[in-house]
Amino acid sequence: MRSAPLVSRDVAPSDAVLTLRGASFGYGDGAVLSDVDLSIRKGEIVAIVGPNGSGKSTLMKGVLGLNERVGGTVTLFGTDSAEFHDRARLGYVPQRHTLSASVRATAEEIVATGRLPRIGWLGRLRATDRQIVARSLDVVGLADRAATEVSTLSGGQQRRVLIARALAGQPEVLIMDEPTAGVDAANQHVLADVLDRLVERDVTMVIVTHELGALERLLTRIVVIDGGRIRFDGTPKAYSAARDTVHHDHDSHHHDLELDGHHPSLGHGPLDVDHTDRSRP
Amino acid sequence: MIDLLSVDFMQRALIAALLVGTVAPMVGIFLVQRRLSLIGDGMGHVALAGVAIGLVSGTAPVLTALLAAVVAAVVIELLRARGRTNGDVALAVIFYGGIAGGVVIISKSPSGTPANLMKYLFGSILTTQRTDLYVFAGLALLISVTTWALRPRLFAVANDEEYARAVGLPVLTLNIVLAVLTATTVVVAMRVVGLLLISALMIVPNAASQLVARSFSGGVRWAIAFGLVSSVGGVALSYPLDTPSGGTIVLLAVALFVVTAVVTSVMARVGGRKHDVAETHEHEHGAECGHPAVTHGDHVDYVHDGHLHAAHEGHYDEHGVHQDHPAPRGPETASTGPAGTTSGPTTGSRT
Repeated sequence: MRSAPLVSRDVAPSDAVLTLRGASFGYGDGAVLSDVDLSIRKGEIVAIVGPNGSGKSTLMKGVLGLNERVGGTVTLFGTDSAEFHDRARLGYVPQRHTLSASVRATAEEIVATGRLPRIGWLGRLRATDRQIVARSLDVVGLADRAATEVSTLSGGQQRRVLIARALAGQPEVLIMDEPTAGVDAANQHVLADVLDRLVERDVTMVIVTHELGALERLLTRIVVIDGGRIRFDGTPKAYSAARDTVHHDHDSHHHDLELDGHHPSLGHGPLDVDHTDRSRP
Repeated sequence: MIDLLSVDFMQRALIAALLVGTVAPMVGIFLVQRRLSLIGDGMGHVALAGVAIGLVSGTAPVLTALLAAVVAAVVIELLRARGRTNGDVALAVIFYGGIAGGVVIISKSPSGTPANLMKYLFGSILTTQRTDLYVFAGLALLISVTTWALRPRLFAVANDEEYARAVGLPVLTLNIVLAVLTATTVVVAMRVVGLLLISALMIVPNAASQLVARSFSGGVRWAIAFGLVSSVGGVALSYPLDTPSGGTIVLLAVALFVVTAVVTSVMARVGGRKHDVAETHEHEHGAECGHPAVTHGDHVDYVHDGHLHAAHEGHYDEHGVHQDHPAPRGPETASTGPAGTTSGPTTGSRT
């Protein structure tokens, strides 16, 4: 199953979710992003930060196989991306504008499409699949809006429908494109709570964003991309220390990061409910 | 109606109408979803060239039309997949080349009268042959089975092509299958609806169904219902009125659309008045929000400061004051039936 082990620095190949070595991505002739070395392990919550046009979306789409790799290698779960076919292991959460409203569809119908890569060519969703779809909606807090037509949902709720769709495929990593863009502050916190719940379930996350916002407290690692190259790669603590040297005028607000002991409930089961510490209005 | 059924060609036309009315909206909803509402029109143009070749060479026009439309469908999808900027222009060349070639070739055939051409372009109840009917029934069965079997995947690709590609669905194959289904529908519909009006029967019933449906599966059902009423009704009316069946069918579909639009907007206005939206609060109700959940008819309400909140679309509806709360007693209080002062629609009761 696994090709020649690509040991990169301190990463054991067994728990590497994705590894890029000297990878360049682009469209046709020009590489938008060149010579990237990056390895993401299981359990990491990584933000890939950079201003618009920095190449962060190109990186993400390159990993997903949506644009051309011009050079280098991409290894997904230990397999070279050219030979990697079980793409459902990567849970892609695109930007909300892809939730097209050309025809009516319920949240449940959209989320059910996320289950398709897990069932055969002509197969239909069975009871188990439907349960997984319902569970995915529940995790993102939309259980009581399963039958609601998606275009009537708010922006933040639509974002969560797309997260649920990715979850329905039971991915090993969630790759999110600008999950907070265009979501108001209140809904950003709802979204962060949802991601909190996913962190508790040991979901690995790669969040591509131009602003950290409410998500900052979740992160274990920050990668800054600018001008088609990686400018910074480290913990949020190191990031805040290095802030002054890293070009980051896109991210104006910054809070103190309490990273240590941030995941007290990692051992919890998926449906545990004991969030008494949260103050609700 | 008994009269109509006793006439031989009317029987055949009505059966053809039943097949078309079912199949065209089923395929059409994916075209609407992909914003390709006019592609069926182009395939009708190309099918005309196929009909012309059939008439000149003496082979069955239905088969040559099917061949021409299917080839065009595959070429169109491949052009689209290559994503060249001139892909749109290439489509125009294919479509207009098809209809122009069709008109010129038909004029050279022994049966190439203008009246004959009109029948192919706008439909006629007189033209459906008995052998055609078997072919149409076979094709219609093929289309409905394929569409039903692939429906979840066609929906996923049309809904979000980039996502479908990212998770490894065979996007190009599914798009080609949809194009071939469209081409086949064009051919099934060419006798009663006509090659220039075919696209309308794929799209207009869906336009109407989108006004009433609240889900994709509901949209499909409504579209088939509208499609059947228009196609069967149009064929039945075209006999006493002595009008081209295609035009009659499409006018009926458009009339259904207009009536549906008026009725739904009136109902929305009436319904909107008694629809009571709760105050906005920053959190979402759920298992973790701390507000007691009570079942209320067919849905769950949350008791928020003594008021019942029910999820509706993107917000919460105010479902009245709850007498038993704020004293939290858990969900079993529901059986006693909370709050008589219910107002507004609820998500659960909508379909």
